[in-house]
Amino acid sequence: MLNGSTFIRRELMIRIVRAFDDGTLETELDKIPVKLRPKNSISSRCCVYHDRAILKYRLMALLGVSVEDETDETKALSAYYAEKAWGGGTNETKPKTPLSVCGPACSGCPDAKVVSTPNCRGCFARPCVYNCPKKAISIVGGQSVIDQSLCIKCGKCITACPYHAIVKTSVPCEEACPVGAIRKNEHGVAEIDFARCIFCGKCFAACPFAAVMERSQLVDVLAAMKRGEKLVAMIAPAAEKQFPGKIEQLLAACAKAGFKDVMEVALGAEKTTEHETAEFIERMEKDQKTFMTTSCCPAWVNLVGKHMPDLIDHVSLTPSPMIYARELVKAKDPDAKTVFIGPCVAKRSEARRKDVDYVLSFEELGAILAGRKIDVIACEPWPVERPANPTARNYARSCGVTDAVLDEATSKIPGFKLNAKQINGIDRKTCTMVKLHASGKIPVNFLEVMACPGGCQNGPCSLS
Amino acid sequence: MDKIKVEVCCGTACYLLGAANLMSLEDMLPENCRGRVEVEAKTCLELCEKENLGGAPYVRFNDTEIMAQATPEKVLARISELVEGVA
Repeated sequence: MLNGSTFIRRELMIRIVRAFDDGTLETELDKIPVKLRPKNSISSRCCVYHDRAILKYRLMALLGVSVEDETDETKALSAYYAEKAWGGGTNETKPKTPLSVCGPACSGCPDAKVVSTPNCRGCFARPCVYNCPKKAISIVGGQSVIDQSLCIKCGKCITACPYHAIVKTSVPCEEACPVGAIRKNEHGVAEIDFARCIFCGKCFAACPFAAVMERSQLVDVLAAMKRGEKLVAMIAPAAEKQFPGKIEQLLAACAKAGFKDVMEVALGAEKTTEHETAEFIERMEKDQKTFMTTSCCPAWVNLVGKHMPDLIDHVSLTPSPMIYARELVKAKDPDAKTVFIGPCVAKRSEARRKDVDYVLSFEELGAILAGRKIDVIACEPWPVERPANPTARNYARSCGVTDAVLDEATSKIPGFKLNAKQINGIDRKTCTMVKLHASGKIPVNFLEVMACPGGCQNGPCSLS
Repeated sequence: MDKIKVEVCCGTACYLLGAANLMSLEDMLPENCRGRVEVEAKTCLELCEKENLGGAPYVRFNDTEIMAQATPEKVLARISELVEGVA
């Protein structure tokens, strides 16, 4: 979704690509904040100087540098650029954590609470008073007042009030995080506890001050292209409808932008379907009462690993479509370097574990295309050997994996029955649902979990 | 009477910076503007380089008038003005 945060991020990305191609990036980097916020221009925060300071941190994150790890405030962006070994696709050059919080951008939102507003008319019925389970609401001087020491933020008064006079204030990042990994530190500034973080990217998408930033590999990819690394673009199934035009045109646009070869990750998804179905059938033959859960969503895999260790044995051992796509690329050319392009933050953590060389978001790919003046709709469709199977392209939607596995299983075993459930988006409530399934209270044998509601197509770095 | 020409830049830069919201402009036209306007999705008009990247997305009216930071609301309002002959 486009808003001020996405706009500035995309604008900076396009500027980076243009400057890189002009050969002026090193000198241009430190000028960009001033060029975007010259003196006497309109500022987005208190003044243009605060804006510039934050733009510098945005550019740091776009260079892949962790904003939290800054030790020398006087260090120029050009120095960060000059000291880093760009490209190579090794784990040393990949950001250790895909997210970074920029303290100076964080607004330090006040703690969430339920408050009564002047819309209250001090009515006769007083449904707020009657519905509050903690007796936290009283009427003082004709207005409802909530005793914060008693309030449990259940929200019953919010729904009960006919004047919409009671509201809940929020800390958007904390509210979005399904695992309580982002909190304000002793300075009142948001901080991510990376031991808990599952890299779902929900805080990144939620923060209205855009204080959570992604550590990018954009410049790595640009440098690798320039050095002549054989980069292969692997386009995630979620690419459909991200850009105008067809998938084949997007593949052609990538080739035009400088990738040596291009492929749909959906071809890898076909292999995931095949192996995951076989694995599922085997597990069911061994134990009919057990259940298996999907392994294609990396945020879900991170969630199990960090917060639900009891479930690890239930996670499918079948590699994700990205990993099979990587195998296909390497089988064709062992020297090729793989670039996964998708809407996902957590794929950056999976790529680190599983030797995918680079990860770009659709935004970053868009910036490369924009910087190189490539319009997807103006490209002739790429001559693919064959288009990926529709069920494989459907992996980007909730239910997509379930449908693919069911399809495959029924083709092997006629009349095959699947007791499947889908967790369509990870949040605190659905985490409880997962536990209910795991404990057998709600029976299931195939549990599909997607961190993003609706599936990858609505990922934190999607364009539409 | 000549139709009013509205060119929406669908170059990748404009697309990323907001033109995606302008794709269904034609369906949003008010009754009195239908048939009076010709909306065209164009490949990059190169205004993001000549003018300023931060001004994207760009829309061009009748080959000459350029609108920066175009939104459906702004474009529709300008179309109405042009149709009514206000300016």
